[in-house]
Amino acid sequence: MELSYSPQEEEFRARLREWLAKVLPTLPPKPSPGDWPARRAYDLGWQRMLYDAGYADVHWDASPTTRLIFLEETERAGAPYVGANFVGLLHAGPTIAAEGTPAQRARWLPPVLRGEEVWCQGFSEPGAGSDLAALRTRAWRDGDDYVVTGSKIWTSHAEVADWCELLVRTDPQAPRHRGITWLALPMDADGVTVRPLGTLAGSAEFAEVFLDEVRVPAANRVGAENDGWRVTMVTLSFERGTAFVGEVVACRRVLTELASAARENGRWDDPVLRRRLGRLEAEFRALWRLTQWNVSEAEASGGVPGVGGSVFKLRYSHARQDLYDTAADVLGPAALDLDQSWVLDRLSSLSYTIAAGTSQIQRNIVAERILGLPKGR
Amino acid sequence: MRFQLSDDQRALKAGVRELLDGRFGRVALRAAVDAPGRLDRELWRALGDAGFFALRLPEADGGVGLGLPEAVLVFEEAGRALLPGPLVATHLAAGSVPGAATGETVVTAVDGELVEWLDAADVVSGDASDAVPLRSVDPLTPLHRIPAACAAAAPGRRRRETRPAARAGTGAAGPDGCLAGLLTAAEQLGTAVRVQELAVQHARTREQFGQPIGAFQAVKHLCADLLVRAETARVAVYAAAVTGDAADIAAARLLADEAAVRGARDCLQVHGGMGFTWEADVHLHLKRAWVRARRAGGSTESEELLAGRLVV
Ligand SMILES: Cc1cc2nc3c(=O)[nH]c(=O)nc-3n(C[C@H](O)[C@H](O)[C@H](O)COP(=O)(O)OP(=O)(O)OC[C@H]3O[C@@H](n4cnc5c(N)ncnc54)[C@H](O)[C@@H]3O)c2cc1C
Repeated sequence: MELSYSPQEEEFRARLREWLAKVLPTLPPKPSPGDWPARRAYDLGWQRMLYDAGYADVHWDASPTTRLIFLEETERAGAPYVGANFVGLLHAGPTIAAEGTPAQRARWLPPVLRGEEVWCQGFSEPGAGSDLAALRTRAWRDGDDYVVTGSKIWTSHAEVADWCELLVRTDPQAPRHRGITWLALPMDADGVTVRPLGTLAGSAEFAEVFLDEVRVPAANRVGAENDGWRVTMVTLSFERGTAFVGEVVACRRVLTELASAARENGRWDDPVLRRRLGRLEAEFRALWRLTQWNVSEAEASGGVPGVGGSVFKLRYSHARQDLYDTAADVLGPAALDLDQSWVLDRLSSLSYTIAAGTSQIQRNIVAERILGLPKGR
Repeated sequence: MRFQLSDDQRALKAGVRELLDGRFGRVALRAAVDAPGRLDRELWRALGDAGFFALRLPEADGGVGLGLPEAVLVFEEAGRALLPGPLVATHLAAGSVPGAATGETVVTAVDGELVEWLDAADVVSGDASDAVPLRSVDPLTPLHRIPAACAAAAPGRRRRETRPAARAGTGAAGPDGCLAGLLTAAEQLGTAVRVQELAVQHARTREQFGQPIGAFQAVKHLCADLLVRAETARVAVYAAAVTGDAADIAAARLLADEAAVRGARDCLQVHGGMGFTWEADVHLHLKRAWVRARRAGGSTESEELLAGRLVV
């Protein structure tokens, strides 16, 4: 049994650490969560620094291990998160890299890497959430354009995005999965209306996007017409077990912070709380090992993502919610004070069992694809 | 990043499974259930011949010269097969108690207030002089209890010689206690994996309302959770075997205990009335998982150890 990094991997880690120690102190202060233009500028500025230092494409070209080390070290050092670059770097970008034409790659990829353009993801619709293939936003071909009408919902970062990876229905007659097409929609096109939706945390992280006869050049289609479902599956499988690396590292830090807070306010003397923290420590240690195991498997299989991602996501989303419920126990009455950062984190952790595939859907996937149980209706 | 089994380790695991299938298959398992308290000495020696106990002893001392990762794989298979006997104590005694390594001598250890297999063992590590038999919930693990406080008043208590050779270091707190915890976690992992398989097999074949029950989401989701718990426990146990770190071992213990105990219960649920019978093996896994979960301080000790790590 091996659990180790190669000398080259360790060397990458050391170089990255050194660079982070040098540049992080030069960063401007973090903008407030409600100030979207400032957040956009901050996230893009960080991406530009990564670009200049040669780390911009770590999510695309690097091995799963390099990505693991990158995410682990940046989180440890307290570097900014991908933030507004999330879709560009982790969804749309990799899709275009894999499925786009040379011209499309040349148009869209460099601005993402250089921190110049923000993407959002227009998949979900009011009538198509877990059942994504039920999406109904229509697109008709008209000359060199598609004309798109419909609406999207829960679109994160829509307010500050330049582009949207959009799934539309181009053949309503075809079987559901065969009539879908992937388009790059410029968010400033005529007929696009963005209406921010408040979250339960009081922020405006996502939005509704209304599309009213929006003209999108056919040249913006990635993959063949009606082949969008396959293109989408490529996108969804890109994260290869590394999607939550930074977060697991962050959760482990929060856990130690909770322990010191509990020591300070005396709650540490409660053995029930102490043992709960101990159990969470076991949980996050194991989740870290699961990450390493999944990355090692991805590495061995030449980067082909395994099913381990669903196992991880299921366990992790619930562990994260437990973590912040325990934080509430540590805080006591302060758990009701929105000025405590853990309280906001507790609120946002509520989305973890819903976003990117609910826990129920993940269990269906585990049971049907890994365990081979019959598909239900 | 490499975190995986080597080809040799895979082969070892497969070899042990084959050996146990042959020597301790379903028929032998049920025979053992019907003759509680009897340890099959021949099987024990066969385990010794296969290197089960001498696995980690240096080759110069007649051992196999392997490490903790290999031991963990072997104990996972033992757990899966519900192999009876004080396996952990004898394995840990190999090298210090004569005959343990070869399977000639059966060694058990006092663990807190409990001792497994006291009557069958040749050597007891720790003081079992006040031990009183109890009617063990697990038909495959005879148990004695050492009443801590009221030992003197206990009726029917019995004296027993403790052999000095075996006294050293099998307490829960010492390094051996830590290893005992890891090997126990490995056995729990074996149970967790096995009950997941049993549940899925049953869910695929048992039909109700005109379809396999595994097509019902309520059942499907029980099965998915069984897998998630088993696989999370697996990486925790394997990683702890590589690092040997006390906190990693405590974490492995907690996850494996949970995966085994909750897994066995969910497996029982999936089996319906069949799960409640003596005939089905599910209860044997649950009961054994309960016994193992009590070892070495149980979850309290592990949780406290990990909590302690958060503040250093
Ligand atoms: C914070 C956040 C950010 C998001 N960002 C984006 C984004 O940027 N772009 C985007 O396209 N989408 C985004 N989403 C949408 C997200 O992908 C969907 O919310 C999610 O897939 C669930 O769909 P739904 O909300 O329609 O719920 P529904 O599908 O209506 O589900 C409601 C309930 O029914 C259950 N359910 C549904 N189907 C089944 C089934 N077959 N078996 C068992 N139970 C079932 C679900 O588990 C859930 O409990 C975001 C969501 C959140 C919360």
